[in-house]
Amino acid sequence: MSPNLRIALRFLTARKRAMFMSLFGIMFGVGFFIVTQAQTSGFESFFIKTILGTNGALRIEDRMQATMFPMEADGAAGGSDFLIAGEGGRKIIPGIEDPFRISEAVRRFKNVSGVSIVLQGTVNLSTNVSGDSVRVQGVNIDDHLAVSDLASQIVQGDLADYRLTPAGALVGSVLASRQNLHPGDTFTLEWNGEARRYRVSAVYETGVSDIDRVRVYIHLAEARSLLQKPTGATFIQVNLFDHERAPEDAVRIQEVIGHTVAPWQRREKTWLDVFRALRFSSALTVSTIILISGLAMFNTLAMVVMEKTKDIAILRSMGYTRRDIARVFIWQGAIVLAAGAILGCVFGAVATYGVSKLPIRIRGIFSTDSFVVAWSPWHYVAAVTIAAVVVMAASLIPARRAARLEPGDVIRGTAL
Amino acid sequence: MTAAGPVLRCAGLHRYLGHGAGRVHVLRGVSFEAERGCVHAIVGPSGCGKSTLLYQLGLLDRPDDGQIWINGETISNSSDALRTAARGRHLGFVFQFHFLLLEFTALENVMMPMRKFGRLDEAGMATRARRLLDEVGLGDKTHRLGTELSGGEQQRVAVARALANEPAVILADEPTGNLDQSNSAMVFDLLARLARENGQAVVLVTHNPEIARRSDRVLAMRDGVFV
Repeated sequence: MSPNLRIALRFLTARKRAMFMSLFGIMFGVGFFIVTQAQTSGFESFFIKTILGTNGALRIEDRMQATMFPMEADGAAGGSDFLIAGEGGRKIIPGIEDPFRISEAVRRFKNVSGVSIVLQGTVNLSTNVSGDSVRVQGVNIDDHLAVSDLASQIVQGDLADYRLTPAGALVGSVLASRQNLHPGDTFTLEWNGEARRYRVSAVYETGVSDIDRVRVYIHLAEARSLLQKPTGATFIQVNLFDHERAPEDAVRIQEVIGHTVAPWQRREKTWLDVFRALRFSSALTVSTIILISGLAMFNTLAMVVMEKTKDIAILRSMGYTRRDIARVFIWQGAIVLAAGAILGCVFGAVATYGVSKLPIRIRGIFSTDSFVVAWSPWHYVAAVTIAAVVVMAASLIPARRAARLEPGDVIRGTAL
Repeated sequence: MTAAGPVLRCAGLHRYLGHGAGRVHVLRGVSFEAERGCVHAIVGPSGCGKSTLLYQLGLLDRPDDGQIWINGETISNSSDALRTAARGRHLGFVFQFHFLLLEFTALENVMMPMRKFGRLDEAGMATRARRLLDEVGLGDKTHRLGTELSGGEQQRVAVARALANEPAVILADEPTGNLDQSNSAMVFDLLARLARENGQAVVLVTHNPEIARRSDRVLAMRDGVFV
């Protein structure tokens, strides 16, 4: 053990109570930072999982038709090899005319894990309870299961029944509740004056109330018949192996297929920004605890420096350098920081686990019955880094002051 | 400078203290030589500059003018790092108020300069510290904290600590000023004996005429100069 560390350890005992207060402050600051980050990140991650599980990572929609034509430039002697891009624009043609060809092209991208063609239309739903305007989505169920978490979102009934029933339908939980629909019940979908009867095969719940209230899944063939669209699709839902790469993949796919491709990050930008702001603001708020602990540390060390001026002078007279003296005080800060950070990480982990068991019912943007937390080592790294910066900055000033003390002045009694 | 010459020497030392109207010319061109194995007593009225001179000689303070040599090496105008290293290597201090590190035991206090010097291993340091504490009559109190020792005992630990790195010079600022008569005699005898045995120079500042009388050399100081 270095002499400076040895001295620092003993000096720590000089103001045990104040040091413990600083230590507990750091512990609680680090711990609360971890808990709040685990919660906000947890809810954010859960939200992302929900939107990926319902609307997929990418959505391919309208076709973009360029209205910009290259023109051959006229040289002085006539024709030229140069092409001039004429200023034009872009025309959007709604929907996808040849979804199978587009699907095949999209499947060739390495990061694509699933593709589902969706035909969507707004129709009237009637039951013996009342009527509702709903959004029907015609899908090939096996394709759609590859781009969504629909299988795990079934809360009543089962998918096997849906597969075996051409007129089967999957109804959102909110809609089912409003219309008092249960598996086996029938309802009517009406579009353009033509009504067809369907049977509820299963009820699903995504947790996103906007979906659960209006979306009804039926077989793609049934949707084509109901919506009188024998070809084409409204959009194609795509899932990716690496969801984080969605924006880059969207750009590349869009260039290849000439259709607009919306990555989930762009589609859900508003909510993602809200979560990011929440995470940042909670980090700022909780960091004030660490900041206050740093101030307490500064105060305690400044007091120790004042109390230990004679000890500093005698150490200097023995040959301890200014740097040694500074290190004695920096060590004290580092020891309290290390103990506070370790205890804070343990406290943070235990509190995060405890919070994850707290019951809370949330429906609207996702569905959960308890607090959602995310376990990430980066929360611990960030908390400890903030504590380290604050505490070491707080230790540095008293340490420098101690190092600047002139032993002659101290012994003569004219220091400070 | 050879080993036979003065181990510590200063010439033309000037030192001012305070600022503005309160500025005082404390040392007015003091010159001094300390010989090995010799006890030098600096005496004089309060405020005459005795302690200021001692701090200058101990490199705890910088002179406004003049030179200090230790073992022939000019040290007065060198960097803080060199002066600090010279303190650790050549000088041992005993102060009036002991200045033990009270959170440490007597043994740890004596080992403190050795730890910085780094010449001995842990066991070697402990052995030497015990021997020094034995020599000052505290062999049975090595593990007592500073707070558990009497004033006389603390001062004896301070003497042992000053001797830890076998310094060439021991500087003592009224080492018996805070002790009763028997403890004063004991501390002085200790310093004088060890200085003579080890060939160390002892420079002490004292108000005690008995201590001055028993020193090898007495230097009287008045108004910042030796008289």
